[in-house]
Amino acid sequence: MLNIMEVHETNKMIEQEQLDVRTITMGISLLDCATSDLDSTCANIYNKITSYAKDLVATGKDIERDFGIPIVNKRITVTPIALVGASCCKTPEDFVAIAHALDKAAKKVGVDLIGGYSALVSKGMTPAEHMLIESIPQALTETDIVCSSVNVGSTKTGIDMDAVKMIGEVIKRTSVNTADHDSYGCVKFVVFCNAPDDNPFMAGGFHGVTEGDAVINVGVSGPGVVSRALDEARGKDFEFLCETIKRTAFKITRVGQLVAQEASRRLGVPFGIIDLSLAPTPAPHDSIGEILEKCGIEQVGAPGTTAALAMLNDQVKKGGIMASSYVGGLSGAFIPVSEDATMIEAARSGCLKIEKLEAMTCVCSVGLDMIAIPGDTTAATISGIIADEAAIGMVNQKTTAVRVIPVAGKGVGDEAEFGGLMGYAPIIPVNTVSCEEFISRGGRIPAPIHSFKN
Amino acid sequence: MNKAIITVVGQDTVGIIARVCTYLSEHKINVLDISQTIIDGFFNMMMIVDYSDSTASFEDVVNDLDKLGEEIGVRIRCQREEIFTRMHRV
Repeated sequence: MLNIMEVHETNKMIEQEQLDVRTITMGISLLDCATSDLDSTCANIYNKITSYAKDLVATGKDIERDFGIPIVNKRITVTPIALVGASCCKTPEDFVAIAHALDKAAKKVGVDLIGGYSALVSKGMTPAEHMLIESIPQALTETDIVCSSVNVGSTKTGIDMDAVKMIGEVIKRTSVNTADHDSYGCVKFVVFCNAPDDNPFMAGGFHGVTEGDAVINVGVSGPGVVSRALDEARGKDFEFLCETIKRTAFKITRVGQLVAQEASRRLGVPFGIIDLSLAPTPAPHDSIGEILEKCGIEQVGAPGTTAALAMLNDQVKKGGIMASSYVGGLSGAFIPVSEDATMIEAARSGCLKIEKLEAMTCVCSVGLDMIAIPGDTTAATISGIIADEAAIGMVNQKTTAVRVIPVAGKGVGDEAEFGGLMGYAPIIPVNTVSCEEFISRGGRIPAPIHSFKN
Repeated sequence: MNKAIITVVGQDTVGIIARVCTYLSEHKINVLDISQTIIDGFFNMMMIVDYSDSTASFEDVVNDLDKLGEEIGVRIRCQREEIFTRMHRV
């Protein structure tokens, strides 16, 4: 039978260490909504989302109450819209009409965000995908809770450099369009290499074509819990450190698994995966940076940071895999700079630079995330940053991503405020030496060789 | 059997257990086990209860106990047992 210390430990995690379930995300396939008429496609999309997800938010709240665990976000992901709108959209503006349908449907059911305004172009672009990418700045400006993503490369296909070039320009236009809000539009957009089909986190979540009609995916969280647990590991060796992280990750994931199964049962929608990612928030102690510093790094960005992050990421996975049979999505440690108080501080002091962040993305679960850069950064430089990050993902067979925000009208030393969970960030410098000629070549970087690994 | 865990945390005072148990008996919720201890200087009590025959909905029990806690000046939570067993039992 349970004892009082175990019960106390769980409730302390929830009340004092910000243990929560970060998101219950319902994935909905929109492939059967496609028609050759724009209005009827939009109507089908609106009707399907509002009928499948009508109880999502209420069910999330019921589960919260029954188990006493906060569920921070309820979200929806849909089939990449470039596929759904391919037969009815003749212009980029037609795609924007679909973005409005998504926004309206998501608001009707009361979710926080909806993801899937996406295109998967790792090898090449169809005319529809080209138009969707063109439409992203307008779609993100005119809608409130629609998130967009583009997959520009994969280990099996290489990197579509035409798309990489376009996306540098798309990010710049989005930045200018939403200049009044510190270029907030860019917060809702991410570019991937090796994007997973079942990611419940935003901005990069979409419902892949390999998925069923509807699915429940759950993203757990809990950097605060890991950080607190590491207080007991001070001065101990790596074996003790790893064991502590692993045990904590196990406990956190078990809660996610319980919530996922309950949500799936109550909504009558199959359970998909648990995403094990440790996702920080700007709240005190709910920080990946703090965990790294408790491992013994004076400030994030110092030598040793990458090794500490690699170890953390691996232990989180090892603990989590034991706790759930279906693990997917991104699963690791997120390092979104603006959402992590310790990382913000390190970026502000100059200890954490974009080049070090790039190195860290080689061993963490995603990539360059929520990084504010000067508003006058050129489109080619942004494309260069994306190409570098995609190359890391392509060669190392892992997911990588870029979500940078060139903050219009601001420069190094200024700060950008995104609000809520998105946090705030000091604008950090980027290397401004030109890569224009490289980015402008056109074509595609071939897939890497899969033997002779060194 | 549907088990829930009721926890009370705060300053110790006369009649906490009595008032919680009175509420539970009025709503046909059976107490299976009670334990208490002091953690970090605070009074901690845990009850394992069976709410299979409860005359109130789980939502009402959660809200009523929360209000009762406010009256007494302690924090009372009622949570389904699975969150604890999943976390602490393989």
